[in-house]
Amino acid sequence: MMKRFPLYPMLAALLGATFFILPLVATFYFSLKMTRGELGFAAYQSVFNSAAFLKTISYSTVASLVAILIGAIIVVPTAYWVRLKLPKLRPVVEFISLLPLILPPVVLVFGYIRLFGSNSWMPLTTSTLGTDVLLVMGYVVLSMPYMFRAVDNGMAAIDISTLSEAAQSLGASRVRTIVSVIFPNVRAAIISGAFLTFSISLGEFVLASLLNRPAFGPYLVQLGQDRAYEPAALAIMSFGFTWCCMALMQVFATRKPGQRWLPFPNSRPATRT
Amino acid sequence: MSFLSISNAVKSFGSNTVVKGFDLGVDKGEFVSFLGPSGCGKTTVLRMIAGFEGPTSGKISIDGRDVTELSPNMRRIGMVFQAYALFPNMNVFGNIAFGLKVAGLSKTEIESRVNEMLGLIGLTHLAERYPYEMSGGQQQRVALARALAPKPQVLLLDEPLSALDAKIRVSLREEIRAIQRKLDITTVFVTHDQEEAMSISDRIVVMNGGRADQIGTPSEIYNRPATRFVAGFVGTLNVLKARANGQDLQSVSAGGTTMRLAQPVRTADAEGKLSLGLRPEAISLTPSESRDVSFRGEVKAVNFMGSVIRIRMDAGGEIISFDMFNTPNQTPPTIGQLASAHCSSSDIFELSQ
Repeated sequence: MMKRFPLYPMLAALLGATFFILPLVATFYFSLKMTRGELGFAAYQSVFNSAAFLKTISYSTVASLVAILIGAIIVVPTAYWVRLKLPKLRPVVEFISLLPLILPPVVLVFGYIRLFGSNSWMPLTTSTLGTDVLLVMGYVVLSMPYMFRAVDNGMAAIDISTLSEAAQSLGASRVRTIVSVIFPNVRAAIISGAFLTFSISLGEFVLASLLNRPAFGPYLVQLGQDRAYEPAALAIMSFGFTWCCMALMQVFATRKPGQRWLPFPNSRPATRT
Repeated sequence: MSFLSISNAVKSFGSNTVVKGFDLGVDKGEFVSFLGPSGCGKTTVLRMIAGFEGPTSGKISIDGRDVTELSPNMRRIGMVFQAYALFPNMNVFGNIAFGLKVAGLSKTEIESRVNEMLGLIGLTHLAERYPYEMSGGQQQRVALARALAPKPQVLLLDEPLSALDAKIRVSLREEIRAIQRKLDITTVFVTHDQEEAMSISDRIVVMNGGRADQIGTPSEIYNRPATRFVAGFVGTLNVLKARANGQDLQSVSAGGTTMRLAQPVRTADAEGKLSLGLRPEAISLTPSESRDVSFRGEVKAVNFMGSVIRIRMDAGGEIISFDMFNTPNQTPPTIGQLASAHCSSSDIFELSQ
């Protein structure tokens, strides 16, 4: 029997692709038209030559990396302990980790300003460092749903209970077990969470703007108000960056221990004997 | 004094008591198996020895030292798990070296010990392999080497062969026993497979409902089961309803015949009722001088099982199973035929409830 051509699914896929790709192509095309009468990368050049761009992207990169580090330090032991010793609390912890998706960042930042404002017991907003700390903590909170979900899924994939017992029977303390056994085995999950955190916090606007920090998000918005072609170039670069992150997540998630990063001809095959 | 001693250990999870007053002494270098059905508490006792579960009450000591309150990483035990539990991020060398690194040994000492262990399990050529690149049998060998590398005081094996196929299971159990004998390490082995326990243990603890029903050598457990549960769980058994004959405590009636037991009955109730056990291999169709008890009845089933033929016979209302060798010069009885089966009274034992 001849197979029927899947007309409707193909049409739906085409429509979806058009909806996604067309604006992207249009934006890319527009970003190339900065110099009158010719297509070129002048907008991209202009972005990279801007001192403000380099300053804000560096600031946001550092803040995001610190947020990833703190997030991992908080989330990994919490997810480990909850899975191992307090499984009944898992729905509660999961709910708490999802709260940032329910509460808008503006609520969080106003809460910070009230709690840590100049009249509070801990006036963090009165100093640059204090405000930076608040921004990073805000990023940690915003990335919590993604970080916790990624790490928790990573732990579900391995038998952390038996692995922990095996490590303990060999004399390892709880800390050593987490550092030497659990952490490396959920590394792919942590990295996935880290990339998600990075892509969220790099372009984050609300927290950075209301805390008045020189971050990339507010810079993007400002540029959108002042210029025409550079924001289009930045949008395309952001897309490229996010896709790179997703590709790297895929690489880390599927790579097995001992496997080479690239399929060299002499690489050891990952086969059972 | 025993090297490993468990005194009156009790373990409860909420209102559910899974281990009820467990006592055991294991000598240095001894291989003891915990045998029992699922949920009998054998793994819980093993986990209490390892320190993964704390006893609700009771005491556990190793080499004279009370370890009841000691955390697992301080007990100097080696454990092999059913699911191998090799660290996926480490290769074979890394897995075996883990305990040695934790113990703070030098690089040279670690290398030497790991190579020694790899030689012991015969996997020197796989030192660079990762767990996902090995078969189940190889992984379990590595798990054994990893547990033995830091020279533990006690080796604990939690159903280590259950996840393997039948052929590997037999070869690996022999290997485990050989290594255990070579290293003279005190070993506790948990299994629900009676054949496995019988073949490699010095002593077997048959567990039932959180208690040790019987502790003895494989031969004692098989030939002289202490309880009806042990008799039924270990091997195949004919259980005969019997009645004591008056004041003569050695004379009983069962399976339509009267016999004199080797020992006086101990467990008959007020009406003189008791249960007797008889292994199928103790019964034969051929009479002899030593076979002083004979059952007569109708053959109900004849099952061809390869080297043996199992026959089921109705003798005075009791179904008796017995085996005969499948030899060309001996024809098995046919279904419906009247036959006589013979055994020695010394093969019949009394079953306590």
